[in-house]
Amino acid sequence: MTSSVHIHIDGQALSVPAGSSVAAALAATPTGCSRLSVSGEPRAPFCGMGICHECRVTIDGRRQLACQTVCRDGMRIDTATQRP
Amino acid sequence: MNSAPHSPAAPVRRCDILIIGAGPAGMAAALAAAPSGAAIVLVDDNPAPGGQIWRDGPGAHLPPLARTHRERLAAAPNVRVLTGTRVVGLGGGAQPGDAPGLLLEDGERGWTQHCGRLILCTGARELLLPFPGWTLPGVTGAGGLQALIKAGLPVRGQRIVIAGTGPLLLAAAHTAREAGAQVLRIAEQAPWSQLVGFGLQLPRWPAKAVQALPLLHPALRAASHVLEATGTQQVQSVRLQRGAGEEVLACDRLACGFGLVPHTHLGQMLGCELNDRLGLAVDAVQATAVPGVFAAGECTGFGGSEKALVEGAMAGHAAVGDTTAALALAPQRARWQGFADALHHHFALSPRLRSLPRPDTLVCRCEDVRHADLSARGGWIDAKLHTRCGMGPCQGRVCGAATQFLFGWTPAPARHLLAPARVATLASCSNDESTP
Repeated sequence: MTSSVHIHIDGQALSVPAGSSVAAALAATPTGCSRLSVSGEPRAPFCGMGICHECRVTIDGRRQLACQTVCRDGMRIDTATQRP
Repeated sequence: MNSAPHSPAAPVRRCDILIIGAGPAGMAAALAAAPSGAAIVLVDDNPAPGGQIWRDGPGAHLPPLARTHRERLAAAPNVRVLTGTRVVGLGGGAQPGDAPGLLLEDGERGWTQHCGRLILCTGARELLLPFPGWTLPGVTGAGGLQALIKAGLPVRGQRIVIAGTGPLLLAAAHTAREAGAQVLRIAEQAPWSQLVGFGLQLPRWPAKAVQALPLLHPALRAASHVLEATGTQQVQSVRLQRGAGEEVLACDRLACGFGLVPHTHLGQMLGCELNDRLGLAVDAVQATAVPGVFAAGECTGFGGSEKALVEGAMAGHAAVGDTTAALALAPQRARWQGFADALHHHFALSPRLRSLPRPDTLVCRCEDVRHADLSARGGWIDAKLHTRCGMGPCQGRVCGAATQFLFGWTPAPARHLLAPARVATLASCSNDESTP
């Protein structure tokens, strides 16, 4: 598969292979992380199959699991990896 | 009996057969039930059918059997496949004689789904056990790493260590190597004697022997398990037990899976009993003790895709009333349950893995609850009430199975709601005129 889709993660434009999950796309960001834990640890996709919820991010305004969402052109993904 | 509209814009509210999970078991169930003409809805929370073993994506290579199952499903006019759809809880107001209703949610909306018969093909998840450093980015499940690679995670050139137990470690290593990664070590906790014993039994299932041979890898070590992952922002190295000694390997990723746990939350919420494999208990035609509810595949006890395909077909036949066709598959089911028995016997977990966490190692990743906070508690409910263990978004799916292994606790059966749900979904449920 050679086609790619264009997405934004935390405002940064990225291009990933068509069909990639958002969890796979997160690996292209500087930290690869999805969120901070309740005690402030960085976390990244873990179970890969919709069980652990570590990869939950905001996709086009809705909180979803990155590992169960396929990237679509124009998708805007926001992680929760910055302290408020 | 049913007038299910097949318009994608209007999710059906009632069908004849509702199947939860579109892995091998769910696909086989739908294909077995389809010739009856019943209106069938097949639901899965992943973006495509296939479950874990037949997961599709830019990094996946689907076997021919998976392709034919998908093609046959797509060609069946009375089967609707709803991907990206999860069960979030119970839906009330089922008609007399029907199976229990469920509350479903997709990316857009939620609705109550009623059905005549319900087939649970909810699969299994990895047993993920805590050890120092397991929350570092770059540490994943073993099947988890495989799933992420299939979904497009780039690993070319990366150094990967895989640890835990079971044939899934070899399958994950194979996927990683095909994607261009360097697999430094596969640490299998079972001793060589058990691996040899398992290998000697494989000729009983020639297809499995053929699958296993190409997976054997020179980096495989028996009697070896993870001790610790270290790194600052990301895993940078892993320390492993190797027999009586230790080894430290610098790596970019660590993937750990300690076998599979049947996914029984939904079945238990509906009132199904568990069997001695911690799976959903079923009878000779895959029926549970809850009227109208069947279960098939890994959720009845893990044993691989062949067992899942047979059990799914049995449940599909039985759900449309063809008990004869279901029972005709009993010898095949017994054969693959024999394989499951061999897996359980030879890859039993070493009690030494219970001592991996240190007092400050997090056990509940959602609520950041430390091992020291849990070791003083008397059981699962006590731990939940005092520490919030198991009360985060995953609802104990990770730490529940971990504390069962670590402390011998029995996780309480799941209750409505099963998963985080949008308020609009709950509102749509209460507006549903068929809901009491």
